[in-house]
Amino acid sequence: MMRAVRALSWIELKLFLREPVTVVFTLALPPLVLYVLAQVFGNTPNPAVYGGAGPVNYYVPAYIGLVAASLGLIGLPVHLAAYRERGVLRRFQAAHVSVPALLASQLFVLFAGVVAGSVILVALARVSYAVAWPVSWLGVAFSLMLGILTFAATGFLLGVALPTTRAAQGIGMLLWFLMMMVSGAGPPPEVLSATLRAVATATPLKHVIIALQDPWLGRGVNWTETLIMTGVLLVASALAVPALRRRT
Amino acid sequence: MDALRVEGLYKRYGATTAVNGVDLVVPEGEIFGILGPNGSGKTTTVECAYGLRAADAGRIRVFGADPQSDPDRVGRLVGTQLQDSALPDRITVGEAVHLFAAVAGGPVDEARVLVKWGLTGKRRAKFGSLSGGQRQRLFVALALLGRPRLVFLDEMTTGLDPGARREVWRLVEEIRREGTTVVLVTHFMDEAERLCDRVAVIVNGRVRAVGTPAGLVGQYGGGLRVRFTAPLDLDRAKLAVLPGATSVDRHGEVCEVRGHGALVTALGHQLTIDGHGDVELHVHPASLEDAYVAIVGAATEVR
Ligand SMILES: Nc1ncnc2c1ncn2[C@@H]1O[C@H](COP(=O)(O)OP(=O)(O)OP(=O)(O)O)[C@@H](O)[C@H]1O
Ligand SMILES: [Mg+2]
Repeated sequence: MMRAVRALSWIELKLFLREPVTVVFTLALPPLVLYVLAQVFGNTPNPAVYGGAGPVNYYVPAYIGLVAASLGLIGLPVHLAAYRERGVLRRFQAAHVSVPALLASQLFVLFAGVVAGSVILVALARVSYAVAWPVSWLGVAFSLMLGILTFAATGFLLGVALPTTRAAQGIGMLLWFLMMMVSGAGPPPEVLSATLRAVATATPLKHVIIALQDPWLGRGVNWTETLIMTGVLLVASALAVPALRRRT
Repeated sequence: MDALRVEGLYKRYGATTAVNGVDLVVPEGEIFGILGPNGSGKTTTVECAYGLRAADAGRIRVFGADPQSDPDRVGRLVGTQLQDSALPDRITVGEAVHLFAAVAGGPVDEARVLVKWGLTGKRRAKFGSLSGGQRQRLFVALALLGRPRLVFLDEMTTGLDPGARREVWRLVEEIRREGTTVVLVTHFMDEAERLCDRVAVIVNGRVRAVGTPAGLVGQYGGGLRVRFTAPLDLDRAKLAVLPGATSVDRHGEVCEVRGHGALVTALGHQLTIDGHGDVELHVHPASLEDAYVAIVGAATEVR
């Protein structure tokens, strides 16, 4: 079993790196958008927006959340839908690749992708804009773990619920853009209308972003957001895992 | 012990009854063929047999184990090559072998597997770039990685060139010599005749005939066919009453006499007496294909 998980995780990581769309959305697009925003806003705090934080200090943790969202909303669902559509899951099932092994390998890829994406983001922001280091590394690491698990579960749910690869691609990108624009990874939350803020509250990304920003900016671990992420994680897993077991 | 026992298997998809009461017994060490028209339920039968699908009714035992209640045990005993499924486009042949070897457990000499299946040159090739036959060979190789005691091969030679087909046949015979039982779904009669100890013909979800290829040919093949260019003054009525003759037909120039036993000798004798001693007789013994067509024809007429 461990041997299977190791082999599968390693091969899945290589497959991830060979998939241009996912790599662009995880490793290239977030730093690019961050760069543009930093060019526009600089890193000088303005009390009217970003809760008084420096824009780059505000955006870096937000974009770490966005990397997790890229993988959870696009990378993982498209990958799973393609596996199901092409009969790869059937072949795995026939070869008795267990569901836990499948989950573990995808989670491994998600972690690796988020860590790689975050390192690129932080390095860029540190070198160009002297982004502040997190006030609480532990708090950020904790929120990041939970955020990754939340988006992994969301990704598995989308992957089993969406019927085809094309549907997964279309809906995944739509959700990704929508969440990015309303959840604080686009315009400052202060300038959004009440409706847009309500929409944001209904998406997981907003909660992941706040959970990452608060310990980063010295506001301590946000237990409300932690609780909400845990809720999303549990509900999505409860729906996705049984569907994955009946995967043929 | 029997490698596979299927009793009263029944499976429907919505309104379609795919398998309608199939019974099969495959003793250990046999190469067992499953023949039948498209959509007759062959794939469904084997998918239920190794537990990929749950049957609606019936009893399945793989070396005594139930694939639904004991999937781990059945998984270790069985290897499969599915009819329609694929691998990720961007996985390489070497990676696929490595992955399935790890899943199968036990030691596997990956380099040797590649050599044996003629895939060494393709080790670094992506699955998506392989030809149909190369994919098929890879699938059969993957099915056999865990040294299964029973292997299901569903249309394993579809898409292979004649040379590759013969090569795969040779490998199937070799794995049988090593003690593996083989269940082979195929549309190729020559393949079934050459490889299988026994075959079952499934039509509309039911087993219509089971036996050795020779046995089925004897029972359903309709005997010999003798063809010759008919002389103008041929007396067909005379030929119909020859010993062993069952029918005489004329298609334009060509006369075809069917029958068995002493037919050929009697026919030659009669033609010589009638002054047609120079006619060239083409004798076609019945083949599995004749038997298959007769079995399927009879089964579909009943409906
Ligand atoms: N997943 C499915 N959902 C609905 N119907 C199905 C499904 N799989 C098979 N069927 C139907 O069940 C019947 C038997 O299909 P099956 O694949 O077992 O046939 P087969 O004998 O293997 O055919 P072929 O020679 O074409 O491979 C067909 O009518 C087919 O349309
Ligand atoms: Mg089939």
